[in-house]
Amino acid sequence: MIRTLRLSLRFLRREWHAGELTTATLALIIAVASVSAVGFFTDRVRGAMTHQASELLASDLLVVSSNPIPDEWISQAHKTGLTTARTIQFPSIVLAGDRTQLAEIKAVTTNYPLRGQLRIADEPFAKDIIANSIPASGEAWLDARLFGRLGIDVGSAVKVGAASLYVTKVISYEPDRGGDMFSIAPRLMMNADDLPATQLIQLGSRISYRLLLGGNNDAINNFRDWLKPKLDPAVRLQGVRDARPEMRVALERAEQFLGLAALVSVVLAGVAIAISGRRYAMRHLDTSAVLRCFGAKQRTIVSIYAGQLLLLALLGSLTGIVLGFFAQWGLSEILVGLVADQLPSPTSLPVFTGLATGLIVLLGFGLPPVLHLKNVPPARVLRRDLGNLPATSISVYLAALGSTVLLMLWQTQDVKLTAYVAGGSVGTMMVLGLVAWWLTISVGKFRNRVGVAWRFGIANISRRARSSVVQLLAFGLGIMVMLLLAIVRNDLINQWQASLPEDAPNYFLINVQPNQINELNLFFRDKNIVAPVLHPMTRARLTGINNKSLEPESFADPQTRRLAIREQNLSSAIEPQSDNRIVSGQWWVHEDKGKMIMSLEEGIASRLGVKVGDTLQFSIVGEPISFTVTSLRSVDWDSFNVNFFMVVPPGVLDDFPSNYITSFHLPNDHSSLLTDLVRKFPNLTVLDISALMSKVRSIMDRVTMAVEFVFLFTLIAGLVVLWAAVQSTQDERLYEGAILRTLGASRRQLMLGVAAEFVTLGLLAGLLAAFSASIVGFVLAEQIFHLTYKPDLVIWLAGLFGGAIGIGVTGTLGARSVVTHPPLYTLRRA
Amino acid sequence: MTSQPSRPIVQAQKLGKQVASPEGELVILDDVTFEVGEGEAVAVVGASGSGKSTLLGLLAGLDSPSHGSVTLDGVLLNSLDEDGRAALRAQRVGFVFQSFQLLPSLTALENTMLPLELAEEDGVRELALEVLERVGLEDRVHHYPNQLSGGEQQRVAIARAFASNPKILFADEPTGNLDQKTGERIIDLLFSINRERGTTLVLVTHDASLARNCDKSLELEAGRLKLS
Repeated sequence: MIRTLRLSLRFLRREWHAGELTTATLALIIAVASVSAVGFFTDRVRGAMTHQASELLASDLLVVSSNPIPDEWISQAHKTGLTTARTIQFPSIVLAGDRTQLAEIKAVTTNYPLRGQLRIADEPFAKDIIANSIPASGEAWLDARLFGRLGIDVGSAVKVGAASLYVTKVISYEPDRGGDMFSIAPRLMMNADDLPATQLIQLGSRISYRLLLGGNNDAINNFRDWLKPKLDPAVRLQGVRDARPEMRVALERAEQFLGLAALVSVVLAGVAIAISGRRYAMRHLDTSAVLRCFGAKQRTIVSIYAGQLLLLALLGSLTGIVLGFFAQWGLSEILVGLVADQLPSPTSLPVFTGLATGLIVLLGFGLPPVLHLKNVPPARVLRRDLGNLPATSISVYLAALGSTVLLMLWQTQDVKLTAYVAGGSVGTMMVLGLVAWWLTISVGKFRNRVGVAWRFGIANISRRARSSVVQLLAFGLGIMVMLLLAIVRNDLINQWQASLPEDAPNYFLINVQPNQINELNLFFRDKNIVAPVLHPMTRARLTGINNKSLEPESFADPQTRRLAIREQNLSSAIEPQSDNRIVSGQWWVHEDKGKMIMSLEEGIASRLGVKVGDTLQFSIVGEPISFTVTSLRSVDWDSFNVNFFMVVPPGVLDDFPSNYITSFHLPNDHSSLLTDLVRKFPNLTVLDISALMSKVRSIMDRVTMAVEFVFLFTLIAGLVVLWAAVQSTQDERLYEGAILRTLGASRRQLMLGVAAEFVTLGLLAGLLAAFSASIVGFVLAEQIFHLTYKPDLVIWLAGLFGGAIGIGVTGTLGARSVVTHPPLYTLRRA
Repeated sequence: MTSQPSRPIVQAQKLGKQVASPEGELVILDDVTFEVGEGEAVAVVGASGSGKSTLLGLLAGLDSPSHGSVTLDGVLLNSLDEDGRAALRAQRVGFVFQSFQLLPSLTALENTMLPLELAEEDGVRELALEVLERVGLEDRVHHYPNQLSGGEQQRVAIARAFASNPKILFADEPTGNLDQKTGERIIDLLFSINRERGTTLVLVTHDASLARNCDKSLELEAGRLKLS
């Protein structure tokens, strides 16, 4: 074994010096660098995103209970190494002089918030700053809305229960102001120490006790494990993944984008390694025959070559990991300036991911052709036509496909995405293979209509039919992936960002009364702002499904249980919102006005187990009413448009009390308009979501940059594939070139012939690649990212010209040794 | 050149080889039977395509016969699988080829060490250096094959063949790629080491003068042994 390893090392050393392994090593380094860079970077971005998601909980883990948090939990949290804060929230009437207003009281303890920042201002809608503390005892901080409704200013006194508090600040942003933002009354924040003085905490009060926990992942998980068995249904745990749905969608998309970007360079590198591996095996047939002849067993041959591959995998992977680490570090430094936020340090996990990727890629793609060397008959030393590599081998394709699928699954953790990308790639390979075969045969017909150089080039393509097909496949796949990434990078990301444009709504206006609609429209018109579309909203309680009375306890999932208990907002509309898609059933027509039918959001439908054709029973102000579900919709929740789980046709809810809601975009310099609006319509509630939106935007920006960064690796991997494909026919080309030169062909004739061959190959590969990239891009957009894909002419132009020029130049440069190599040297070696 | 009857070390019994061709079954070797005694030098001669190299391949266990059997140093090759034949070659057989078949990625010394390492012997470096010195290449041990002349390459091949002290040496046209003068020197070297070590030599050649240096000649014609 030691001897075999020594032999392996000796061969490796010499072959390394001879440049035999350069292409495969380069491909491996790129694959691992790409995966590691993405790994390290994703790790850090994920950390940052988790951090941002933590902000929305104001903690890393939140315990919500309707009973006071036991002291035991708090002391256990401290023992586990966690920091804690508590909030106690309940609705209560706030008094100021003779005016009253229902407010959502939030009493907080020191350390609140544990994550994210509380922002406060000195005046309503004035410039805000970060709050470094909580309200002092005897003080209250109020939502801007409360000032107008209570007719008070900063410095006034308000009464909460029996306690009198001085208003000292205006709350402009509260990190954990999540939940059902339309049902919450304006906020009054006070110190938890003042709570007993209010005398409001009594048995039966509707109080939400929250324990905020902060600390590292292990401590959080330990505490979660400790607490879980102790929980009763009245208590729920919220981690960062359970935070707001729009944030979750953004996180998932981010991971998908990055995963996709990383795996394409891995697959490309795999293709390069497979091509180089085949060439390597072909060049080692004689060596293997000699080794067999001198008594090497098949096992020894396998050990020698597999040992070389393993050594190479280890060295290449380590180099790739180091490169990947520095690459992501540099990028993160640039990003810090752009996003003005510190990324957390990466964990060591990407190191193992990188090593494993290196091994899988090299062994999956490189080993099968090399393994064939053990089958080389020793009689090849006497007859060189024995034991050549088979042109195609199922095992090679299966191993490559298997490793690709394995890597994809691992990278994306998404079976559907993997199935689409792998299916797309295999489908493309098959189509490319068939078309390439047809083209290589039919292109020969043109050879008599062109000049001598083109004739030579085209003749080469059809004569070397098998290797031409392999080259077309490699070129086609390389260009396709690059184009695909261009589509993903440009179209998909642009479309994704366009789903949250600069003028996306940043304010919600709720509680608009029917008699205020005209007045409100006039108000906006006076201010030269287009009046926003108002959506009616009627409160209803879900009482039954398919005429069976609803029993919230029957739902195992606590979230569904809460959903079943709480009041629903029904809205009516003629057309579905632009960001809604009907996924089942049909939206109504004009004639359906007044019919008792309903369109349901698909998420809530699946939670409640409702499908098209089922009926839902509601109680609206005590009156029973039943709707038949006629369609299910998917809703793009991160568009920040007003959306409803339940929509009915116009005319159905006319007889029930309703109010209106809208969202609109207001540029920053128009914020004084809000003060006027609140003064004029004191009953209206204005919700400012611009802070939340900028959070989501910053995630989008981070992801986009990361994808663009990974694109660089893919580009290099693509070039290595082209290079490997050029090299794969190099020996044959050198030999033919030497013979032609011996027969008197000029260098120019040879070079023109080579250029003609590669330009033709490039054109054909580019054409096929553009076609397949468009198809895969379409499938990805529609099925994975849920975006509408628009065909792009640029893809076709880039495919054709990029292919012809890129492969023409790379190929001609790669094959220039055909004319620089002395023919005698080549012929003597053959 | 010994007149004493010796123990047969290579025995071919009704050896035949056929391959499929577009024109049907092609007979390359037909019913070849002979023996080579221990320490004997035997030449296999014949025109191109007469089956000389095929016979050499079958005798050395590089290929399997279609019928018949080969016994090498008392071991029936038919009873061994490919790995078993490889083990036998590693211990008892050496080769010299027309095209040298040196591994381009290894130095002269490393090429010579190769069979010793494959046979898992000890002191391989010293043994290899000794035999390289014997073929007069002590100054060239760290050269790669492409840095050596044809004659030097064949001398490395001879050193490699004798390094593991094989009982039988198979040589396939060892002078075929060399000029006459170099070829003569190589043959002198091959025969002198052969005599020194008492190795059995099976030499394939179409060179009549080379064949005359051997104890006996076997002539092949269209795959059949011609008695001479």
